[in-house]
Amino acid sequence: MAMRRLRLAPEDTSIPFMAGRRWAIRGSLAAAAASLLLVVVLGLNFGIDFRGGIMIEARTPGAADVGQVRGAVSPLGLGDVAVQDFGRETDVLIRVEAQPGDGDAQMAAAAEVERALESEIPGVEIRRVEVVGPKVSGELIWAGALALAAAVGAILVYIWLRFEWQFSLGAVAALVHDVVLTIGVFSLVRLEFNLSIIAALLTIIGYSLNDTVVVFDRVRENLRKYKQKPLDEVLNLSINETLGRTLMTSATTLIALTALYVLGGEVIRGFTFAMIWGVVVGTYSSVFVAAAVLLRLGVTREWSESGDGPGGGAGVQFGGAQV
Amino acid sequence: MLQFQTWKSALVILACLAAVVFSAPNLFHSTVQRAETAREALAAGAEDPGLEAAASAWPDWLPSDVIALGLDLQGGAHLLVEVAVEDVHAERLEALWPEARQALRDLRDQVGPFRRLERNDPATLTIRLEDPAGAEIAAEALRELAQPVAGGLLGPGGPDLEVSVEGRDIAVRLTEAAREAIDERTMAQSLEIIRRRIDETGTREPTIQRQGEDRILVQVPGVGSAEEVLSLIGRTAKLTFHLVESATGDADTRTGPNEILVPSAEEPGRFYVLERRALVTGDRLTDAQPGFDPQTGEPVVNFRFDAAGARRFGDVTSRNVGRPFAVVLDEEVITAPTIREAITGGSGQISGSFTVESAQELAILLRAGALPAEITVLEQRTVGPDLGADSIAAGETAIAVAFLAVLVFMFASYGLFGLFANFALILNVCMLMALLSVIGATLTLPGIAGIVLTIGMAVDANVLIFERIREEAKRAKGAARAIETGYERAFSAIVDANVTTFLAATILFSMGSGPVRGFAVTLGLGILTSVFSATMVTRFFVAQWFARARPKTLVV
Repeated sequence: MAMRRLRLAPEDTSIPFMAGRRWAIRGSLAAAAASLLLVVVLGLNFGIDFRGGIMIEARTPGAADVGQVRGAVSPLGLGDVAVQDFGRETDVLIRVEAQPGDGDAQMAAAAEVERALESEIPGVEIRRVEVVGPKVSGELIWAGALALAAAVGAILVYIWLRFEWQFSLGAVAALVHDVVLTIGVFSLVRLEFNLSIIAALLTIIGYSLNDTVVVFDRVRENLRKYKQKPLDEVLNLSINETLGRTLMTSATTLIALTALYVLGGEVIRGFTFAMIWGVVVGTYSSVFVAAAVLLRLGVTREWSESGDGPGGGAGVQFGGAQV
Repeated sequence: MLQFQTWKSALVILACLAAVVFSAPNLFHSTVQRAETAREALAAGAEDPGLEAAASAWPDWLPSDVIALGLDLQGGAHLLVEVAVEDVHAERLEALWPEARQALRDLRDQVGPFRRLERNDPATLTIRLEDPAGAEIAAEALRELAQPVAGGLLGPGGPDLEVSVEGRDIAVRLTEAAREAIDERTMAQSLEIIRRRIDETGTREPTIQRQGEDRILVQVPGVGSAEEVLSLIGRTAKLTFHLVESATGDADTRTGPNEILVPSAEEPGRFYVLERRALVTGDRLTDAQPGFDPQTGEPVVNFRFDAAGARRFGDVTSRNVGRPFAVVLDEEVITAPTIREAITGGSGQISGSFTVESAQELAILLRAGALPAEITVLEQRTVGPDLGADSIAAGETAIAVAFLAVLVFMFASYGLFGLFANFALILNVCMLMALLSVIGATLTLPGIAGIVLTIGMAVDANVLIFERIREEAKRAKGAARAIETGYERAFSAIVDANVTTFLAATILFSMGSGPVRGFAVTLGLGILTSVFSATMVTRFFVAQWFARARPKTLVV
């Protein structure tokens, strides 16, 4: 087919990625530190999944008047009430802080808010009600943190088995970098941090790792191929060789995510925002964090001597497809 | 070589056909569902030309598994409740006390005087002896009261009581095994009663599941408010009938040992002193129906006792004509009428200030039976049907746009090979839909996000392969050799890359709940199907094309 192809990267690039690694690492460290600082100073805008409390999404007949909604709910004396626009001008999201007492107290308060809305704003439609009691919210934080830790742990082991420990540390450094920066951005823009964001973080981990592994796979192959080449050159070569794929996959994923962000509705917007950010950061980190850490740690290359060409050597191998 | 073995070709073709056939019903989601419902109704004996038409709209030899929609998409209420199993432990010890007292009285000359200590720990029954000398004898006598724990898989278990002596105090507790057995029984009963109550309302396909030790997840589609569900499942509905000793306005009235003080449900501030012992309890009811009082026209609940209950009720009422008796529901007196004559027919009527709805509800509760323990809500999520419909519409648009954009992008980047990948991508989505339908997965809004993400990431394996083929082709190998080594070399990267994402999905599935799980399922299955479609389906297309076109040079 003699047609012009869309190319995101020119062919045969030889960009000296590793030359800029010091700046990149400094930048990443600064960004990570800033993220942690943000989380410490500003905190995260925890959703009711983690904080307990009541969340009600309502649609008013005309354009929603946030003041009117607050006026309807505040007299109930339920403590902190936050009202915000939600997606369209008719929709509002009302969040009420956790009530003292168990889940039944939360339920009763939610019912009160619903009744107040219905009587103060005729024709209001209650679209969604979520109530999380204090007992469950504590568990959900734990389960979320545990899931993240388990994912990172499992990945550490897997990469270690398939490659070497230096690769494993490089990959995990990149993952932690991505997670920290994503949490930091959530603290900065004050987006709600809830269970679905934990899901997004786990997916980002999976995605970023996907990217890192593709680069590492090529590094392993090139280390065997060019036994005398210095490590930084091997890394540069590997990154350049896989650049076309890296950009293509990021592009298709970002296309799909952008469609979801714009069209998928308000409920999952936080989730897609996290994913988009994660894909961008994850693509960056597989080159500049994972590879740079690998360069810093060095590789032992012992398997390139005992190895029997591509497809052999240390680690568990699945490679070498048979037709 | 690029030849595909016959069995592999067969596998690919079969998988693709199966994917199309089993995903197809989802395109006609509502038709298929209506047909299914209609068929069930017809099988149950209903006759209606409308139903028959609906049933024949989707022939029954076609696959009719469709993806179930989660509550966030179809609207409904989700409640996570906790059953107070420890109340049942306390009840067991409470019930033990009269027995224990009798046993120790029989040994009074050896044990001496004793009394029960009122302690705050409801999990322990503590008895204090005047003289510690008799403690061991008393403990031995109390141990005799233990019953074997109802056997599980391992046959009859050990004793249900644990008796320990601390100086002159004797502590009686339930053993671990007894507590577990009680918990199991309590949870099984609670599940059964909640199910009965919800079934009575005729709701379509509720989910009632036990979660963990002492929790129950209730999901009722199509209900606009969780309170509606809660008013049905949240009440213990323990019904008892007691003789009334007196009525008072003083909440601090002292009662005798065989009396209890119960507030009135109708008049705040009014209390009844009742005989502690119930005349008859609600578990003797065989039926309860809402109705109207023939004289006043007010809504009432009519009930009927079983034979034993009817006899007992008849006896007591004939001996106590002229005295008032109280109908007590969940520790409140609903009504306290005077017995005018012996009620021997075994049926009666409860009047209070009912509305038609509350009479209806009480009848359902009484028919389904009382919960063995109180339940409290831990979490509630309700989605209105409109929001669900909006989410579906938004999800569909997002999927369609993402799909189209990726197809165009792939074609622009890889030309003919891009087309192969696109076919594989379409089949991939069919396979994913088919799998979700067949395993009966529930599609949630995050699940839709998972599908969209799969579409974006599914092409990754193809991209890896195509880029590799390009590279190999540059090294001036023959076209066939380039394709072959391209597949071969890309394989280990594909495996590693996808195993890691799959790990993340597995962890999400095992630790997540509800919607997050839905996302994990679609993401995980999406990885499986996309690896299959890239390494087998696209490859099949490429091999077929290559066998026919036999190109000398390769442009990817």
